[in-house]
Amino acid sequence: MKYQAVIGLEVHVQLATDTKIFCGCSTKFGAPPNSQTCPVCLGMPGALPVLNRKVVEYAIKAGLATGCAIAPRSVFARKNYFYPDLPKGYQISQYELPICEHGQLDIEVEGVAKRIGITRIHMEEDAGKLVHGDVPGMGDGSGVDLNRACTPLLEIVSEPDLRSADEAVTYLKKLHQIVVYLGITDGNMEEGSFRCDANVSVMPVGSDKFGTRAEIKNVNSFKFVKQAIEYEIERQIELIEEGGKVVQETRLFDPGNGETRSMRGKEEAHDYRYFPDPDLVPLVISDDWVEDTRLGLPELPEAKMARYREELGLPLYDAEVLTASRELAEYFEACLLAGAGAKSAANWVMGEVTRGLNDGGIDIGACPVTPGQLAALLALIDKGTISNKIAKTVFDEMWQNGGEPAEIVEKKGLVQVSDTGEIEKIIDEIMAANMGQVEEYRGGKEKVFGFFVGQVMRASKGKANPAVVNDLLVKKLKG
Amino acid sequence: MKITRQQVENVAVLARLELTDAETEMFTGQMDAILAYVDKLNELDTTGIVPTSHAVPMENAFRSDEVRPSIGTESALANAPGRVEGFFRVPKVIE
Repeated sequence: MKYQAVIGLEVHVQLATDTKIFCGCSTKFGAPPNSQTCPVCLGMPGALPVLNRKVVEYAIKAGLATGCAIAPRSVFARKNYFYPDLPKGYQISQYELPICEHGQLDIEVEGVAKRIGITRIHMEEDAGKLVHGDVPGMGDGSGVDLNRACTPLLEIVSEPDLRSADEAVTYLKKLHQIVVYLGITDGNMEEGSFRCDANVSVMPVGSDKFGTRAEIKNVNSFKFVKQAIEYEIERQIELIEEGGKVVQETRLFDPGNGETRSMRGKEEAHDYRYFPDPDLVPLVISDDWVEDTRLGLPELPEAKMARYREELGLPLYDAEVLTASRELAEYFEACLLAGAGAKSAANWVMGEVTRGLNDGGIDIGACPVTPGQLAALLALIDKGTISNKIAKTVFDEMWQNGGEPAEIVEKKGLVQVSDTGEIEKIIDEIMAANMGQVEEYRGGKEKVFGFFVGQVMRASKGKANPAVVNDLLVKKLKG
Repeated sequence: MKITRQQVENVAVLARLELTDAETEMFTGQMDAILAYVDKLNELDTTGIVPTSHAVPMENAFRSDEVRPSIGTESALANAPGRVEGFFRVPKVIE
């Protein structure tokens, strides 16, 4: 029998606020354990949570960017369970009345477009962190660090519309790109700022009844998501083929061997007894607030790509590469503002700039060549002052030692020679010194043309205008 | 009966309480009496009434995203039954 996988994803996005969702403690990563805590996030009796307004703003942004309806009224709820990383004995989340619902994300896998529904987006607090064993003196116990407790999260829940691991990864990458563009998260997956639970089930092809699903918890890289889902699909199919039954359970992905394994004992606790949190008053969001937020949204990658293609005439590939991150796109657009042409700026940003960043292991924000300098360099090429090849030398110089392109060109004497008299002189000398190759060329061996171009460029130290060289060489060689 | 013994046992498990048979028996009776009392409210017709989530007619209490001093590790751990370095120490939770 052939099987079809059905996948729904729950993504947790850690919001880039300065403080926690319900108290003024800092959310800075990497502080000493329990140093960023207060009675609210420690769960002390009598402490009262107060909602961080920025969390609401970020949630509205995420909702608008994914086509959600923003609820005019939403409510926080308590999700009750016991675990040592959860000091209050409940997590403050949203349940029946989340802030955003009914959104969607359009993805494309192997040329096929598909719309993935977003069920809901809600706000909640993160739990603390547990450490096991690697602290001296911990012995046979676990350590609890509550710095992360009460850190603001958005949970973004998709409909079970995904049908393969590739679709799931495409959806995740797109969602990641959007939330990072919005500036509401740093998106750092290694630090857990963007992590994913995957609900996976299989059913016979053609069936409309979903199979029993397993939930794979806390996968924090695109590669692991793909591995985990693919493994889980195989596991479930094998199980069914052997006459077994998939049980509804929570599973953990082990990156070491690429397998998922059951987290026994968690399923019995799936009775969270949600109820509205009386400590937090209802959240009422006016149309004005929503519209103001909508006006403040940045141009999103999809719209940017369309604009690059339609207005700037860039090919799909260029549009995709340049919009991959908001910072790169902004760098590119700053080049245009400084007067660079779209296609040449695109080529240089995707070429030399990206290569330099990769070689140096730095982000575009730390790029030593400013958009203004790059635009000035391109202007020198357009004017014919320097060749494309010399421009690369100038670019390297700017990258290494800084400086304005015009000054570098002047200081190093790199101005392109377009003077036909001067170039003719070089050609004459080279032809005289290489009569054998001249005869070969005239005898029909046109391949030696490249040899002459190379010689002339070398003799001019790369400064001869290649177009002029070509013209003159053809004339002279043909005799 | 509104409440069964099994429901009381289930709630006890969720609340991590270990009850003796006699206690289970007693709480079943007490909880049943409480629910029967509250059941009086069902006599009211609440069709079309939005469920009340909060007793105070208030909305949108916010704070701005400004860092305020935390109380510090020592105060945070002052009442902890167990600690190692700056961590709370609890019985091992993962095998």
